[in-house]
Amino acid sequence: MTIRPPRALWVSFPLGRPLGNPNDSAFQREVISHALDLLRRPSGPVLEDFARDCSEQQAAPAVPACPIDFSTRPEKISDMEQLLANFDAEFNSFYTWYSMAREQNGRTAVGVSALSFDQLISLYRDFLMDREDSMLLAADGLADRLRLGAEDLKSCYFEALSAQPGQPTDAASLADWFWGKTLAAAVINEVRKKCLRLNTKEMDLAGKLLLVPRSQMHRFK
Amino acid sequence: MVRLKQFSEDERSHLLKLPCPVFETTPFVPPITPEQARIAVVSTAGLHRRADRPFAVGEAGYRLIPADVDHDDLIMSHVSTNFDRTGFQLDLNMVLPLDRLKEMEGESQIGSLAAYHYSFMGATDPRQMEDEARTLAALLKYDQVDAVLLVPV
Repeated sequence: MTIRPPRALWVSFPLGRPLGNPNDSAFQREVISHALDLLRRPSGPVLEDFARDCSEQQAAPAVPACPIDFSTRPEKISDMEQLLANFDAEFNSFYTWYSMAREQNGRTAVGVSALSFDQLISLYRDFLMDREDSMLLAADGLADRLRLGAEDLKSCYFEALSAQPGQPTDAASLADWFWGKTLAAAVINEVRKKCLRLNTKEMDLAGKLLLVPRSQMHRFK
Repeated sequence: MVRLKQFSEDERSHLLKLPCPVFETTPFVPPITPEQARIAVVSTAGLHRRADRPFAVGEAGYRLIPADVDHDDLIMSHVSTNFDRTGFQLDLNMVLPLDRLKEMEGESQIGSLAAYHYSFMGATDPRQMEDEARTLAALLKYDQVDAVLLVPV
């Protein structure tokens, strides 16, 4: 190892939330100030613990009170056409909230796949229904497109939920809600299973690692 | 990162198997005073502007983010699906705290904020990023940056 270490502040916050609390500028400032103060230390090693947990670790997360009832999601969905039709209806319910959220927030995280939502839903439909003549499946980089499409779909759903009053903002509740309650997650899981069946290097990687988080795989076993 | 005891057994076992490098004990740079320092942010969140190219699996490169970037112009194409993205969706400052650093610059708690900031995609083995990191270090020097706030996800 030819480099020497940076000064480091360890934080206890969930992976993906290194500044702790969303929309809490005082808390974020505290984290940054503590980290930058380490620059004054004359000698090392400097690996210090930040003393506070973020708010979601201090209180039990609220259960999402989603106004749309997904409790009818079947345990086993054997008919792919039915799943895709139900997903389409679910997506429409969320899209109206998503467009409101985008307007309210003045920003969106959607866009990494460079596909419109119509194209994205068609991509998944064509992929899962084995429509080999589909233009959407033809070009190179299909595994990447399937992965980035899943990211856009998740962003759409999470942003839609954020526009509804009284919804949770903690990482664990949101992940459990999406992967446990939505048909979008069921569709992504079907995409994952098909990627594994195709048995190419890119599809195998996507199926094993890039579509469903390790922490949520237990739902689909 | 959240405490190991808060992970599932599978996740904990995976993390404990990751290599953990041993460093010398000397700090990377001599001490400096934040109030006089020009600060840049380097994120590993796989962030980039919409017009830029998404990160690919195994990519070691970085993407450029100007200090005055519109929040709506930044998206995240990190290849890992295993970390929370909702924090970023709720508040860009959760992974790229430019607004907080601008406030601190305004209150003279840091010397100045750099003109450009950068994002890598943290799923790539850091050893493969060495060439890109050296290039970036030269660019940071050119921007007269004294210290970098490394923000991993």
